[in-house]
Amino acid sequence: MKNNKKQYWKGLEELTKNPEFEKYADKEFAEHLPINEESEGDGTNRRDFLKMMGFGIAAASLAACEAPIRKAIPYLNKPIDVDPGVPNYYASTYLNGNDFASIVVKTREGRPIKIEPNTLSSLSGGGTSAQAQASVLSLYDKERLSAPQMDGKETTWGDLDKAVSANLASAGRIAFVSNSIFSPSTQAAIDTLKAKYAGIEEITYDQVSFSGTLSANEKSFGKRVLPSYDFSKAKTIVTFGADFLGEWLNHSLHNKQFATTRKLGPNKKEMSRLYAFESNLSLTGSNADYRTRIKASQQGMYVANLYNAIAKKAGAATVNAGTIEDSANLTKAANELWANKGKSLVVSGSNEEQVQVLVNAINNLLGNYGTTLDINSSDYTRKGDDKKMVNFVKDLKSGSFGAVIFFNCNPVYDHAMGKDMEEGLKKVKFSISTSDRKDETASLVKAIAPDNHYLESWNDAEPVSGKFLLTQPTISNLFNTRQAQQSFLAWAGNDATYFDFIKENWKNTNFTAQSDESNFETFWDKCLYDGVFEVKATENTEAAQEAVEIAVDYKASATGSGDELVIYATGALGNGSQANNPWLQEMPDPITKAVWDNYLTVSRDKADKLGLVVGDMSTKLANLTVNGKTITIPVMIQPGQAEGTVGLAIGYGRTSAGKVANGVGQNAYPFISYAGGFQNMAITSGVKIELTSEEYRIAQTQTHHTYMNRSSVVQESILSEYQKNPSAGRAFPMISTYHGKEKPGNVSLWEGHKYPNHHWGMIVDMNSCTGCGACTVSCQAENNVPVVGKAEVLNRREMAWLRIDRYYSSDAPEGDLNAMEIAADQPEVTFQPMMCQQCNNAPCETVCPVAATNHSTEGLNQMAYNRCIGTRYCANNCPYKVRRFNWFKYHDNSQFPENTSMNNDLGKMVLNPDVTVRARGVMEKCSFCVQRVQYGKLEAKKEGRRPIDGEITSACATACPSEALVFGDMKDPNSKISKMLRLKDGENGLEVKEERAYNMLEEINVKPNVWYLTKIRNKEESNA
Amino acid sequence: MSGTSLRLEIKKNQTLKKIQIMHAESVVRRPLVTGGKTVHDITNDICSRVEEKPSKSWLLAITLSLSVLIIAGYYVYRLLWHGIGEWGLNKTVGWAWDITNFVWWVGIGHAGTLISAILLLFRQRWRMAINRAAEAMTIFAVICAAMFPVLHMGRPWLGAYWALPLPNTFGSLWVNFNSPLLWDVFAISTYFSVSLVFWYIGLIPDFATIRDRATTKIRKAIYGALSFGWDGASKTWSRYETVSLVLAGLATPLVLSVHTIVSMDFATSVIPGWHTTIFPPYFVAGAIFSGFAMVLTLLLVTRRVYKLEDYITIQHIELMNIVITITGSIVGVAYITEFFIASYSGVEAEQYAFLNRAFGPYWWAYAAMMTCNVISPQLFWFKSIRTNIASTFVISIIVNIGMWFERFVIIVTSLHRDFVPSSWAMFYPKPADIGVYMFTFGLFFTAFFLFAKFFPVINMAEVKSIVKATSEKTDK
Repeated sequence: MKNNKKQYWKGLEELTKNPEFEKYADKEFAEHLPINEESEGDGTNRRDFLKMMGFGIAAASLAACEAPIRKAIPYLNKPIDVDPGVPNYYASTYLNGNDFASIVVKTREGRPIKIEPNTLSSLSGGGTSAQAQASVLSLYDKERLSAPQMDGKETTWGDLDKAVSANLASAGRIAFVSNSIFSPSTQAAIDTLKAKYAGIEEITYDQVSFSGTLSANEKSFGKRVLPSYDFSKAKTIVTFGADFLGEWLNHSLHNKQFATTRKLGPNKKEMSRLYAFESNLSLTGSNADYRTRIKASQQGMYVANLYNAIAKKAGAATVNAGTIEDSANLTKAANELWANKGKSLVVSGSNEEQVQVLVNAINNLLGNYGTTLDINSSDYTRKGDDKKMVNFVKDLKSGSFGAVIFFNCNPVYDHAMGKDMEEGLKKVKFSISTSDRKDETASLVKAIAPDNHYLESWNDAEPVSGKFLLTQPTISNLFNTRQAQQSFLAWAGNDATYFDFIKENWKNTNFTAQSDESNFETFWDKCLYDGVFEVKATENTEAAQEAVEIAVDYKASATGSGDELVIYATGALGNGSQANNPWLQEMPDPITKAVWDNYLTVSRDKADKLGLVVGDMSTKLANLTVNGKTITIPVMIQPGQAEGTVGLAIGYGRTSAGKVANGVGQNAYPFISYAGGFQNMAITSGVKIELTSEEYRIAQTQTHHTYMNRSSVVQESILSEYQKNPSAGRAFPMISTYHGKEKPGNVSLWEGHKYPNHHWGMIVDMNSCTGCGACTVSCQAENNVPVVGKAEVLNRREMAWLRIDRYYSSDAPEGDLNAMEIAADQPEVTFQPMMCQQCNNAPCETVCPVAATNHSTEGLNQMAYNRCIGTRYCANNCPYKVRRFNWFKYHDNSQFPENTSMNNDLGKMVLNPDVTVRARGVMEKCSFCVQRVQYGKLEAKKEGRRPIDGEITSACATACPSEALVFGDMKDPNSKISKMLRLKDGENGLEVKEERAYNMLEEINVKPNVWYLTKIRNKEESNA
Repeated sequence: MSGTSLRLEIKKNQTLKKIQIMHAESVVRRPLVTGGKTVHDITNDICSRVEEKPSKSWLLAITLSLSVLIIAGYYVYRLLWHGIGEWGLNKTVGWAWDITNFVWWVGIGHAGTLISAILLLFRQRWRMAINRAAEAMTIFAVICAAMFPVLHMGRPWLGAYWALPLPNTFGSLWVNFNSPLLWDVFAISTYFSVSLVFWYIGLIPDFATIRDRATTKIRKAIYGALSFGWDGASKTWSRYETVSLVLAGLATPLVLSVHTIVSMDFATSVIPGWHTTIFPPYFVAGAIFSGFAMVLTLLLVTRRVYKLEDYITIQHIELMNIVITITGSIVGVAYITEFFIASYSGVEAEQYAFLNRAFGPYWWAYAAMMTCNVISPQLFWFKSIRTNIASTFVISIIVNIGMWFERFVIIVTSLHRDFVPSSWAMFYPKPADIGVYMFTFGLFFTAFFLFAKFFPVINMAEVKSIVKATSEKTDK
């Protein structure tokens, strides 16, 4: 066949293979067509034109309709531990200034996104503070320096190191200024630097100083350390202005310890009693059973009087204490302290040496050393020496220092003598700061060697003697920064990496202090894995706690009749070092519920004297003058403020912390006095307040402060009543029906939902919730809750899914509704965490026209964001007002620059990929962390088992140091929640046998899955 | 009326018996159309408004309302572009002016159907002079009202159709038939469509009249098309009357149902102050109350401008004022009943909600509501007041202000302080709250003025049936 194929020629030309013909043989038109020639001159022809036009139109229309492409680049080689979609957890330690927390860092695809508590550590109480929770956002702060700087210009690390080494070598006296350092390896690194440059003098200060206490302890015990406290062993606690639940020492742990003493149940009907003597209403004071308002200048007298009362009972020498006006609570406290010898604790927030010696003596007479406080188990987190610092500033001003190194501190902002330092720095030849940003101090120095964020760092810590923590990096450096300790090593000429340095250090110290592991690498890996290493307590601590004689002497300081300014740190912003963190700025102050501001807290009486009339979030500005320095600051009326005192928070008034913090509030540090060599946060003379006529608005998330005696909202009683009847304080609403009065739960038109598998619920123990607010920040981080800024909070549009309602009691007679709106001058305080109650008969679900909010088979009230059309009917019909609406587009919107976690590429790295960032116009609310529930269930399913109780828990409950929030499956009879509620299967579903448990607004029968436990105060009378 | 003139009247009327044979009318009744208008006069009086050049006052009015529409339209743009945050709403008060305006406009939209349907069934012939304008007002008011449920949504671009039970590609996703908001969708769309059809059917013979009188081709073409080829045959008239009656029968329950369902937005909720079984009748009475007041406001102006004093007589005004007094009193009783029930219920939150209304931070809104709605219509017990045009005009406006405050009081004062005191908050309106409200005013008046110019404002065909005169001019 092949051979048979006939061949035809187009013509002779083909047969002869004419080259002229062959050239065009395969063309459609053999003859040479002139189409291309016409336009050969200018290079385009008709076809090209059409092609180009077609392409052009297509390209133009494509470009017009296509969204910008964001590239997701897959791993070429997948890192062995990183699985997309699967979180990794690393034990680490949060370190910031003198604050610390033992944490577990949750990372997703290599990005740290959430801080969880490390329950292996005995130092954090299994919870975290708000600051630790928020610190993950500070990692992604755009204001951090991206490279080292010399004389305000970016430079390389090599050039910087050369300059530093040269300058330090010729500097003479070198000051090394820092906050308290309790990291042994950091100290060792500094020591190598000191070894190289002999002129280095270490100067340590703390924003809120414990210098007086340290001196007192040195006097009493010969040790310049702080004791570690154990509030959990105390039956009677007396605090004189020490806000141990707020911003005192290790507050996370103290919250936990205190909360344990406040838990009640069928098997525990005793709780501690807390007496507070203070000027400002602190978090501790608001949790006190008996609170006495005292002037700051009287604190010493009160302590001395208590000492005398105890000393009389103990037969010890008394001091000349002077007389106090209101001694009822003090006498009562003294009697109970004595009755609870060895099970009591007295603390004071005073920084006066003689007062702290008295406190030591009281605790000593009460035999509390060794039980509720332990000087041998020393707390190293505060080492600041006020006298040294004051001398440093003097010397700096006189020009006697050749160089200054600022490490882990920002004294120009957060020390009273910041202004003097600013002047002094001009006289110093060379100065370095290791600040991560160009803060108030760093902007004045010659060289900035930006430190890593702690989440990028290796480090260790020994906050309490023998209890070690490790910090490990969870992300590589985001910027061209270098860990400060590494810089010290480099300047000291040590080539080792800081990682090796720590390891070596641990090999020589901690490894030898233990005997469980013989191989160092195994030991190190275990410590790193745990994040914790604790030297086993030796048994001889008891023996060391021999009764000591403490010599006391007391000279009452003069008390004036003028106003006293009491400076404090808020539970939200603390000392202000993380002020550029919008989560903390928008976290409501636990007491005042104000955000984005500091203000002068005054008593109602003082406000009346000033002629201040406040409106709905509006007030007036006042000029506050203290010893010649004046600031203009808004005034807030604060129930519980002691007469003759005003309060002002530190942490605000930053000028170069970053866009979020700059200009927020006023700086209170310059008012702090160092007269007599010790820091004094209370200014007892020379305080002048003049009200101006200028209006000012303070944004508060709660503006109505009393609960109007609504027993459907807050149910409370006192301990003695509770002991008689566990349901004391409970309200039992009844519904009148045809058959007589019925419980609301028994009257329903609906059959109710059936929960075949799980039924999630939560307990909120109002007795152990101290109101610290750590849960709210944890919720914000977990659920991508936007920050809306002050203006929008003023519009009452904060987005928090979880809020803590703080109620003051009122002195008004029952029935006088207008008077009941006004809080008492000495109020009882109730904290009530409020989140979506996940009602079984949810009023929001029935009213949504598009069924965007609906009920899950596990009892969750769920939101389908992409179905929501935003009628807000659900929010209106929510009796708990927990639903939050996206009034604007909060992400990728330059109108909300404060919302850094959604408005810049770096900030967005903190977002939880498991939770949608909500669009404008949709409703959102607490989901009971449904993403965690689903994750936990899937993990269990993969292993072919049911979830174990405690495995699945909400973000708020994990953060809570007090364990006031308990999340779990009410279908699981062995879960903690089932046991605490003592659940029984009843006719109408689950029946709760725990007498203290109640549903809020039971009478409207929405059947929430959140159970509140009554607030029980340890008082003798229900209103005292 | 003196004896002789009455006799004269009787005589005259006897001669008209033949014309009026279909409508038995008591001879002692006062005439509904005064001024001795003939049938031709009616045609002339009404059609000339459509035919002649627009008057200066009309041009001024339409310019004003169009300006309001456009300027206030800026706030609608802001609302749609930036979000609901442009309004003063907050976490506690999720509805305020939006739903207040919605309910207010829907309420106003009640008079039209009541006048055209219920009064038709009750053979209240005085309705004939006012039903056209009242129905037009109804339609425009319902359009204004319907803007708010759409505009108040966070995502109106989706909500506008997701709220309808449309088959979709989302799987088995369906609207929530439990939600009163969905009932609203049905109630309002039904009401609107029935009202529109009713109104339009009534317009057809009058459009035909204009068509037949048309001197220009364009007018002839437009009104020809609008009149659907009306031929004026007896059979056509018979069908027309039948359709009117059928539609009246259909529309009657709607008068009651629409506001009943709107009231259920509140009544079915759990919020104290909303959760009230009295709402349906109370809202319907309030709606008629405000609707009649709005009809009066508009007609008193139209009557003056278009010189329709002979058609819309003092008698009309008086009868409407009586309706206002009755419904206003019903509303007043409802307010008092709410207080009593709150106290009797023994429910703490409910009691507080009502005390807070009267004595809380929004006491002024409550006081405005009580004064405008309960006290002011009682003045109509005096004949001199209810037959006085100036006082009627003033009170009609006061009633509408009062009814706006009633909705504001129900919505805002109930929400702003409900169960949990920590969330209690105030509501402060922002420019966009006022702007969007003004936008609907602009829309309403623009539409109404266009109607007044291009449509016959009085139902000529019907009015001709009640005129007590022949086509010949009679001596008075």
